[in-house]
Amino acid sequence: MDNLFLMLAPLFSSKLLLVLFFGTLFGLILGVLPGLGPTTGGALILPFTMTLDPLSAIVLLTSIYCAGTYGGAITAVLINTPGTPAAAATCLDGYPLAQKGEAGRALGMATVSSTVGGIFSVIILVFFAPILAQLAYEFGQPEYFALAIFGLTMLASIGEGSPIKNLIAGAFGILISTVGKDFMTSIDRFTFGINELTEGIGFIPVVVGLFAMSEMLTQSTLINQVFNRIALKAIKLPSKNDYKKTWKTILRSSGIGSFIGVLPAEGGTVASLIGYSEAKRFSKSPEEFGKGSIEGIAGAEAANNAATGGAMVPTLALGIPGSATTAVILTGLIIHGVRPGPDLFREQPDFLYGIFGAMLIANILFFIFGFFGAKIFARITLVPNKILWPMIFAVSVCGTYSLNQSIIDVWIMLFFGILGFFMRRYGFSVVPVIIGLILGELVEGTLRQSLVIFDGNWLMFFTRPIALTFFILSLIALAFPLIRSKQNKKKL
Amino acid sequence: MKNVQKSKRANKGLPFFFKDEFKVSFVIILVSIILLITTFTFDVVPPILNRGIQPATFPKALLIFIILMTLLTFYLAIKNPWKNEKKLPKTFFLTLFSFIIFVIVSKTLDFFLAISALSIFVSYCWGEKRLFYLILVGIIFPVIVFIFFETILGLRFPPGIITNIYYS
Repeated sequence: MDNLFLMLAPLFSSKLLLVLFFGTLFGLILGVLPGLGPTTGGALILPFTMTLDPLSAIVLLTSIYCAGTYGGAITAVLINTPGTPAAAATCLDGYPLAQKGEAGRALGMATVSSTVGGIFSVIILVFFAPILAQLAYEFGQPEYFALAIFGLTMLASIGEGSPIKNLIAGAFGILISTVGKDFMTSIDRFTFGINELTEGIGFIPVVVGLFAMSEMLTQSTLINQVFNRIALKAIKLPSKNDYKKTWKTILRSSGIGSFIGVLPAEGGTVASLIGYSEAKRFSKSPEEFGKGSIEGIAGAEAANNAATGGAMVPTLALGIPGSATTAVILTGLIIHGVRPGPDLFREQPDFLYGIFGAMLIANILFFIFGFFGAKIFARITLVPNKILWPMIFAVSVCGTYSLNQSIIDVWIMLFFGILGFFMRRYGFSVVPVIIGLILGELVEGTLRQSLVIFDGNWLMFFTRPIALTFFILSLIALAFPLIRSKQNKKKL
Repeated sequence: MKNVQKSKRANKGLPFFFKDEFKVSFVIILVSIILLITTFTFDVVPPILNRGIQPATFPKALLIFIILMTLLTFYLAIKNPWKNEKKLPKTFFLTLFSFIIFVIVSKTLDFFLAISALSIFVSYCWGEKRLFYLILVGIIFPVIVFIFFETILGLRFPPGIITNIYYS
């Protein structure tokens, strides 16, 4: 009962409500604009959160996360371009349905299923995060090392694209985290005599570079691309028949999305693809998929929004991000002096339940904004890239500079922008780099501290049951793509 | 699907050192080897102070892992070639060039001037010829952002010919 009251606390604070309002609005705008999204938006807004108290700052970031994930559906349905990668599966049926003159119905279903998925995942978060946090008390350094390795292998296994390329990208992310003074011995590593690098490479320049700047370069190759925009009169709530057809799909996808979200992988993107394919598998009319199936939209949208709450579970309970955006939220927590983990649940329940409540309200808010304002949000896509991207560049540069007031950070951002462009061009996902960077210190720190505990005996890792379980799960995760590709070959 | 197969076929016909998979793998391995050599220049902790492994061991292991995975990627690409990427357009190189100009101008002249110049240059190269919009993206918007960051976050931008006038 106390926890419920704590969850509703944001409703009684005008400041938090205002933050939620702006966060949701900003998140929707970011979600609607192709190439941007909650990860880039969160990274860009991070410096501004310094002017807020920790709860307001994280509420702002989480509301951007929830609304941004939904916002991608608007562009997916109306211009056949996902506003965020998580909305890619929504294009498959959303756009064909809009072409049939039912854009309002498609967006209505996307809005309802996103809201249900989001609320479902917050419930999962409220119940499971404290349990996981309780379990974390059993974790020592070796267990955290094994868990981080499991996270990285999962990223390779079920992340987007080639598993080996994901592993390379993840290892590269960890390598970036080793730049600077070694935290155990204070010995310089990869600093090349540059003083600014002794503090290491910051998270924000890398995120803004890999997401915003690389996207700017991508957009520079697409300036002649013409979008076929479908006009939207008004969003329609799903009919009784639509509800009858989709309620099972929405619930199933909400469960899938929440589960995928908990795994340290690409959160919403993978969740929506699995949610979509499962919706097709269970559908009575799978032949309609790809031609404007309402179930397809419901399956993808419920799953990607359900992944938001799921991804927050390991982030808050263990300090291991479940997606790129939660990696930004984790950075926000650290910047504001909040250490995620079991102690957070014991010592600051008001803070935690405030976040849970804010996520719940954000899901309701984006339903209202989406329902009444989708037409206006859709118009944002009319802003030409030749005006939009130079403006994003100005904000990115100032935002990156502001954290440490370092011009080197800006140059690092540009470097990662160029690198990110070529990585994406040649099929390397940039998300593992982000996750690797954020997990890097944990991986190396726990490995080295474990070896101190074990007196240098590597085999001792396998004498710890929890660590051993995670290692076995990591092996299964690595074997999974091989099994999957063999099965696919057999089918062919 | 047909286009992908076509571009894959086109890629198959090229000598191996012209193929994307070779070029990408070569660059990754080359950079990794350079970094691997660098790790041998890291200071070594004396045994009495050393707790666990040496500071260079972990990066070394990572780099060897990256090299091995890249070799595996290249080996798999021999069996299943990557699709041939389209040639990059002129606007891409102009945008890339503007990044370099930004670094030079921000270092030598002024940070604000660099943002402004890049914004106008990119917007123009991407097809914006209307003066008002060029002023909007190159002057009005950066000024708003500049003042916003300066007042809200109390940020002090690096000195330069324009910022010095503003601060004085």
